[in-house]
Amino acid sequence: MRLGLIAQLFLRSSRVQRKRAVLTISAIAWGSVSLLLLLSFGEGLRRQLSVGTVGMGKDIAVIWPGATGKAYKGLPPGREIKVVIDDIELLRARMPEAQVSGEIQTGRASIVWGKKTVNGRLRGVWADYEDIRNNFPREGGRFLDPLDVQFKRRVIFLGNEMAKDIFGDARPEGQTLLLNGLPYTVVGVMKKKIQMGTYSGPDAGQAAIPISTFKSQFGRERISVILVKPHEPARMKDALAHLAEILGGKYSFDPKDTRALGTWDTVENQKTTRNVLLGIQIFLGVVGGLTLLIGGIGVANIMYAVVKERTREIGVKMALGARASWITGPLVLEGMTYTFVGGLIGLVISILIITLLGLIPTEGNEALEFLGKPVLSMTVGLASAGILGLIGILAAYFPARRAARVDPAQTLRYE
Amino acid sequence: MEATVARRVTYAPQSAQDVIRMEQIRKVYDTGKVKVEALRGIDLLIGKGEFVAIVGPSGSGKSTLMNLVGCLDTPTSGSYLLGGTSVGTLDRNQLAEVRNKRVGFVFQSFNLLPQITAFENIEMPLLFGQVGKRQRQERVKELLNRVGLADRGEHRPTELSGGQMQRVAIARALSMDPDVLLADEPTGNLDTSSGGDIMGLFEELWSQGRTVLVITHDPALAKRAGRVVEVRDGIIVSDTAA
Repeated sequence: MRLGLIAQLFLRSSRVQRKRAVLTISAIAWGSVSLLLLLSFGEGLRRQLSVGTVGMGKDIAVIWPGATGKAYKGLPPGREIKVVIDDIELLRARMPEAQVSGEIQTGRASIVWGKKTVNGRLRGVWADYEDIRNNFPREGGRFLDPLDVQFKRRVIFLGNEMAKDIFGDARPEGQTLLLNGLPYTVVGVMKKKIQMGTYSGPDAGQAAIPISTFKSQFGRERISVILVKPHEPARMKDALAHLAEILGGKYSFDPKDTRALGTWDTVENQKTTRNVLLGIQIFLGVVGGLTLLIGGIGVANIMYAVVKERTREIGVKMALGARASWITGPLVLEGMTYTFVGGLIGLVISILIITLLGLIPTEGNEALEFLGKPVLSMTVGLASAGILGLIGILAAYFPARRAARVDPAQTLRYE
Repeated sequence: MEATVARRVTYAPQSAQDVIRMEQIRKVYDTGKVKVEALRGIDLLIGKGEFVAIVGPSGSGKSTLMNLVGCLDTPTSGSYLLGGTSVGTLDRNQLAEVRNKRVGFVFQSFNLLPQITAFENIEMPLLFGQVGKRQRQERVKELLNRVGLADRGEHRPTELSGGQMQRVAIARALSMDPDVLLADEPTGNLDTSSGGDIMGLFEELWSQGRTVLVITHDPALAKRAGRVVEVRDGIIVSDTAA
């Protein structure tokens, strides 16, 4: 009944000054658009960056076997630690808590197809490299599989840039090319990805063959890089310590010797990136929020004017027995209505703008590709609604409080 | 002055019938630097069914008295019983309820809400009194008939004449069936003939047992009341039965 009464009183209150209402609602709509777009760009940037940072692989650590930095068990510092293919099998057997893989790299791969010759980087890898390092094949191909490794097949998986370099517009999958003089079959081409972290150049410009085949052709079995992906990302530190212990035991070095194994823990990096991005989003939110606040001040202003104009009306209602809350209720409702309608218009405009921006092709434009597309997520919507609601309440509350202080005896005195 | 004393004596034993019972009411306006004593000890008893005119020059304190009687303001000191309820101890919401249920206001400038119809204006106190919709509509129709505006319910105040507006205001004042009808210069903004009509309406209401309190400058108006109370410099200087 009380709320019904307030709604009824609201519907019966003085007719709104249309021009002023339109201006106020526009200000709120403009503020909402600013807030929503800024937050959406922040969200788009965040998503793009998170995709980019995990482009190299999600929650992995990259380990370079180096040279010891400390004397250990009578052995001098400066010894090189040479990890070989069999050590990866050892680590896999001893570390059930993580996925372990590795690769051997060479920068001297000469690839010939027809009259085209390309020199590039090549890796010998296991089949699980696909998941760990996000080397997914595009439609119509596959990554190297365990049988390729087992049977030392001469198959090759190409980065998308490299494939384009070699084959141009021709279809690479199923073609045979020469790698350092030996024929290999192209089994797949990498699906395009955004990769922000690399340790030997982006994957798009490289090729991969089975590690067993690599060993046969190049006569090398020393691992360039060990890859670790714990099943629980939070326990990365433990997994790395365990790995150092196993290798330290085998090659006699102190597991705490940081120079024996150079480590890049991307879980740690992602945490930092997340915080930076959160900071950016908060900053954008504050900028948008301040713009919206100006709209809110507009609403407060119009409501003050309304209270002033209706002072007599308020006094009459009080004389007729209206409680203070029955005076303030409809006013708050009115202010909230401006805010709400403005916010709704802002939302519609924002959705339109974001949809239109989504239609602009960013393909090939690196800056745009990196900036990403604004994303109107649930979080963005809720945050905006929260800020808008808060501003609406504040903008309506203070003028209404003034209305409640109207002294009917004063206002009803003679004209 | 003798009449005042006589009345007090006459009315004191019948206090159960008093609609308004004010004792030693004082009202001081504190404007910061200066304290203005608007009322300096008012004793006023008004019985049920009386028609009282309060007269006095401007600045005499009669408006302040009206505000206090109508519970729009509270006295600085003294006791005030309206229909047996002590008003001095009530909070703002309770005062609002007292104004709604016990007092019907009629103003010089009508004070109708311009954006809603006559019907809705009369309905307003019923809304505040949280009366159900059907009862509200019946009551408003009855009141429109009562003041002779049965066909004007859907008109807005701007479409009515001064006399009609004041009749709507009186209907509004009567809607919650108050203990006292409080009119502040009700004919002040009307021409002589409309003013006369309005006074006729007040007399009619009086004859039906309503308690009516009118504040006025107009001696002709005061003459038609059953009792005239004259206020000067914040005190009652005479109180005479007509």
